[in-house]
This record gives sequence, structure tokens and C-alpha cells, in this order.
Amino acid sequence: MPRLSDKGPRTRDGPRPKNEGPRTRRVRYAVRVLAIRCANLVKTYAAKPPVEAVRGLDLSVERGECFGLLGPNGAGKTTTIEIIEGLLDATSGEVEVLGMRWGRQDNDIRQRIGISLQETKLSDKLSVRETLTLFRSFYRQGITPDEAIARVSLEEKADVWVGKLSGGQQQRLAVACALVGNPEVLFLDEPTTGLDPQARRQLWDIIRSFREQGRAVLLTTHYMDEAERLCDRVAVVDHGKVIALGSPRALIASLGGEHVVDITLNNETRGADTAIDMARILRETPAVTAVRQEVDHFALSVTEPHLALPAILERLRQNQLELASLTTRHASLEDVFVTLTGRHLRDEAAS
Amino acid sequence: MTPLVQLVLARLRSFYREPGAVFWVYGFPLLMVVALGIAFRANPVEKVTVDVQAGPQAEKVRDALITQSTARGLTFDVRIDDEETSRRRLRTGRTDLVVLVSADGSYQYILDRSRAESRLARTAAHEALQRAAGRTDPVPTLADQEMTEPGSRYIDFLVPGLVGMGLMGGGLWGVGFAIVDMRIRKLLKRFVATPMRRSDFLLGIMISRLVFMIPEVVVILIFARLFFGVVVAGSTGAVLVLILVGAFTFAGLGLVVACRAKTLETASGLMNLTMLPMWLLSGIFFSPDRFPQAVQPLIKLLPLTPLIEGLRAVMLEGASLASQGLHIVILLAWGAATFAVGIKLFRWN
Repeated sequence: MPRLSDKGPRTRDGPRPKNEGPRTRRVRYAVRVLAIRCANLVKTYAAKPPVEAVRGLDLSVERGECFGLLGPNGAGKTTTIEIIEGLLDATSGEVEVLGMRWGRQDNDIRQRIGISLQETKLSDKLSVRETLTLFRSFYRQGITPDEAIARVSLEEKADVWVGKLSGGQQQRLAVACALVGNPEVLFLDEPTTGLDPQARRQLWDIIRSFREQGRAVLLTTHYMDEAERLCDRVAVVDHGKVIALGSPRALIASLGGEHVVDITLNNETRGADTAIDMARILRETPAVTAVRQEVDHFALSVTEPHLALPAILERLRQNQLELASLTTRHASLEDVFVTLTGRHLRDEAAS
Repeated sequence: MTPLVQLVLARLRSFYREPGAVFWVYGFPLLMVVALGIAFRANPVEKVTVDVQAGPQAEKVRDALITQSTARGLTFDVRIDDEETSRRRLRTGRTDLVVLVSADGSYQYILDRSRAESRLARTAAHEALQRAAGRTDPVPTLADQEMTEPGSRYIDFLVPGLVGMGLMGGGLWGVGFAIVDMRIRKLLKRFVATPMRRSDFLLGIMISRLVFMIPEVVVILIFARLFFGVVVAGSTGAVLVLILVGAFTFAGLGLVVACRAKTLETASGLMNLTMLPMWLLSGIFFSPDRFPQAVQPLIKLLPLTPLIEGLRAVMLEGASLASQGLHIVILLAWGAATFAVGIKLFRWN
């Protein structure tokens, strides 16, 4: 084939040239199309003063990846995911879903994505199967309602009215409605909020098996454990911006140690000077990489607890400080968030 | 199956599985027919309550009224009391008329002119008392002939009015409430997140409304026929066309009412506001001709008026569908305009 054709516009279903070169390129092209890409996303709600919900947010989600938007309430997670879902218009910025843009190929995008919104209440008086049959009818292709029921293990409830399901079962049905069109990208906004631990684990299993088919998941959560256990990569969002991005493991490793030692001192007679002193002294203790202080509570990032603990106790004794409590734990994304913002994820007042 | 069929099925299922909704749409108009039918059924004997002032002549007056009453197709319920008590009974509506008897034997009536029963009581009592005193009619009058054939009674007048009222209420509530409920549940937003065509959704709501409406009207008509002998003088086809057009029009109004409302309170307020003028003016219970001439053109343009007038013409007078062309045009214009506005302003999120 002459080189000229290589430069021509390529479409997914276009005629495939016979020689080797362009064919390889076509494959590479298919791989390179991201599930989701957005750049410099801005959303400002008209109000007095205007509310800047999203302020220049970039992200890209690969196929086969479960990507989490983690942040406190009001961080802009829902606004972001709804812009990507095509339910809200961005004030500015670019959004691509499976290489397509909203406003031009809306129906094509909707045929290939599945969505579970925060707080949708499906019709109470329809059965599980009837609900899924309705949703299935909207898509050109997809799995059967019964397959969708099986994916979320609601076989026993197939003929039960939605209003009679528990919260966890309703949430699984919501996910089944998202799966029934056999989507390539799944969007889940706070999928496990308000669910009991068992129901949450069931949902995680459903999401994992979807991702294992090489499809992409974008979810929002304010549960750090959910993000840690479920997501391949996490974007920590605060005030409408991504403040950290990476795998949960890498983000936690960026703290300088995988372990955290929490110390609370039982000594109110010591003045502020001593306390500041104490933070410095603790920071210089072997195996301690960082110290975060909240009044008389210290959270120490530690690489090797078996080295750090005796040293910490020794320092406290030298300074005649009494311990009120000492606990050790694995570092979490919560620690990442607190380190970056000085606030807690679940701290409603701070958000 | 196609999305449209599924959307209609989903609406029908949600509706028929909601006992409250079924009662308001089907049971309530039926109860209205029963209650009003009984209240306005032709009374064979009318009862008139008269208080007579206590005194030497009182017994004589009472006997005169009672003897005369049976001959006139009404009965007097006479009570003798002092003037004070009788006036209070008249004021509170417990008696229709007070007869005062002077010492010289002359009568005086106390009545409430704003009450039809009171005016009737005065005429009847006066005539009875004068006859008892020996008055004879200068012109002989034969016994009254009563009009009782179907098509000319109040119940016949009422049934088309109630069918129209049912179509109005059903259209506004059935469409408006369903849409606002789905908006509150964020189900509209969830649907928009799928490749569903928005026109399919609105069309589905319309079609299901037309399906609900058929049993609603049929139940009223069959009931009225069985219990009150109300018959349709004109063609059933013409009635069907009118109720279909009416259902379409009021579904359109329901769509406009619900197109932006975010709460059920807002929606029900708007619905009552829309329906109130038509309840009063469009001739459900009495002919709108009673209202002043100046507002007649306005009344004629309200969508319920042409619907009820058309139904009455076909059901009572056997008018042809063609003769109701203007009414149908007004209804279709309302339907088309409300649909256009409703779809234009519709808020999915």
C-alpha cells in the first residue's frame, strides 16, 4: 500500500489495508484509546458568589482499570463523574469517553457505558426482572435480564418488587441496570454509601469481576478502605482539584513508611514549647520518617516498627512524658489525605 | 421488545399495583356518581318544614296545612313554637318558613329569599292556607304531568359532566404526578443516562394514560346505565372520539404542570390551580350559561367546557360528531399547545 493511505483518516470500521504496517498501527490505535480522558475540566455553578465545584481537573482511565475518585463530601467528585457521564455540561475543558465526545456522539457513548447514580430510587412496584427488562430495552445489544440478575446474585429476588428489597439488594439492582447494556465503561457514584459491610463486600466482588473482563470502572467514594481494596489507581480530590494520583500502594508509600504509630501523651502540664520540641525529637528517632501533630496526639510514619517502637519509648522516658495510648497500624489513604490537606476525609465540617 | 412497549408496560404495572392511585382514578368518580345520583334523584314527595307561631289559631293553621298537603305532591312538616325559637330555627336552616298569626287572623310569613326551599315553602304554604280558607281557582287546572324519561333528568345532565371531570383529574394527576415522582426519585435522570429516546418516554406516558382512561370512563357509563338508566343517545364512536381527544388534552396539561416542578407540593398546587376554574366554570354540575355574559367567551375556551358540552350534545341529544367540530378543534389546539410547551420546558435532571 502506498504511504499516502497511512495518513488518511482512520476509522474503527474502515477498510483494513492488506500489508503488515498499517495493521499493526490499527491495533496499537485501538489499545491507545483511553476509556476516559478529561483535561482541564472546570465547572462553575451560577450563584452568588459562583460555586467553583471543579477547578481544572485532569484524569485518564485505561481499559481494564478500576479508577477511584476519593475525596470528602463536597470535593467535586459527583460533579466530575456526572460531567464525564454526559449528564452535566462542563463550564470548560475536554471530555472523551472511549475516544468520543459529548454533543456529537451522545447515543454512541450511551450505548457503551453503564451508570449507577447516587441515590436513584427505581420504581417500587416493578419486580427486579421487569426493571432490568425495561433497562435492557434501551440498548441495541447487551446481556439478558436474567444474566444481569445472575451477575449481581439476585436470582432469588428476580420476581420480588423493588420496594421490598433491602438497601444492599437495591444497590446491586442499580449496578445490574448499569451492566445490562454490556458496557465497556462502568460509572459508579458512591456505590456503597449507607450499606452494611457484607453488602459492600458483595458489591466489590461484582465490580472486580467486571474489571477482570478488561473493562474500565470509574467510581467515586469517600471510603478510604474501599478505594484501597478496589481501585488500581486513585485520584485524591479536594476542592475540585486532583491533589494526588497513583495506585493506593504508591500513594501510601509516598508518606515515607507503610506503618503508622499513633501516640497520645498524658501530660497537660507541659507547655507548647515542649510539645514542639517533642515533635522534633520524635522526627529524629530511628525509622521514623514523618511526624504529624494534633495537639497532644502524634501520628508517626514508620518504616520498621520493631526499630522505631523501643526508640520512641526511650525518648518519652528521657523527657518524662507519660503515654495515654500507643497503637500501631498500616498507613492508609486517610493518612495521605490528612498529610496533604490537614483535614480528615470524613470530617463533614471541614469539607 | 421495543423501549416504547416496555415503558408503557412499566407505567401500567406501577399504576395498577398502587391501590391508592386506582381508587382515586376509578373509585372516586364512581362514588361521585352514586352520591350525586342519590342526592338529586327525583323525589316522589317533597317535604316542607314550616314553623307556626304558638297561639290560639296555631292548631287550626297546622291542620289546614296538613289536610291540604297530600293533594299537592308535597307534605308539610309543621311545628308549633314561640316566635323567638322559630326565627332561630329559620336562621340556622332547620325550618324553611315561619308563619305568624295575628290576633285578627291575618298571616305573615318570615322566609329566607336566598334559599330555594324557603321560597318554595312560602308559595306552597300560602296556597294551602288560602285554599283551606275557601279560595277557589278561577281557571281549572288538571293534575301535573311529570317529565321522567331518560335524557332529561339531572342525573343525565350530570354523567357527562362527571366523565369530563374524571378525564381532567386523571390526565393532570396521572401524568403530572407520575412525572414529578420520577423526577424526585432521580429516575428521569437515570433514564436520560441510558440511550433511551426521550420521545419514547413521553409517548409512553401518553399511551399509558389513554389506556388507563378507557376503563375509567366505561365504569362510570356502565354504572350510570345500570343504576340510573342513563343511556347514550348518540353514537358510541362519537363519545369515544371525544374522550380520547379529551384525555390527550388533559395529559398535555399534566405535562406542562409537571415539566419543571421539583416537589409533589408544587405540582399538586399547580394542578389544583389549573383545575379550580374549570371545576367552577365549565359546567360539571350546572350549566355555565348562568355566569355573566362577559365571561362566557372565556368559559367557552377553557378545555373542559368544550369537552363536557360535546359529551352532553352526543349523549343527551344524539348530536353527530361532525356537529362537534369546533369543540374538538379547541381541545386539539389545547393538547398540541400544551405538548409543545411541556416538551420544550421539560427538565430531566
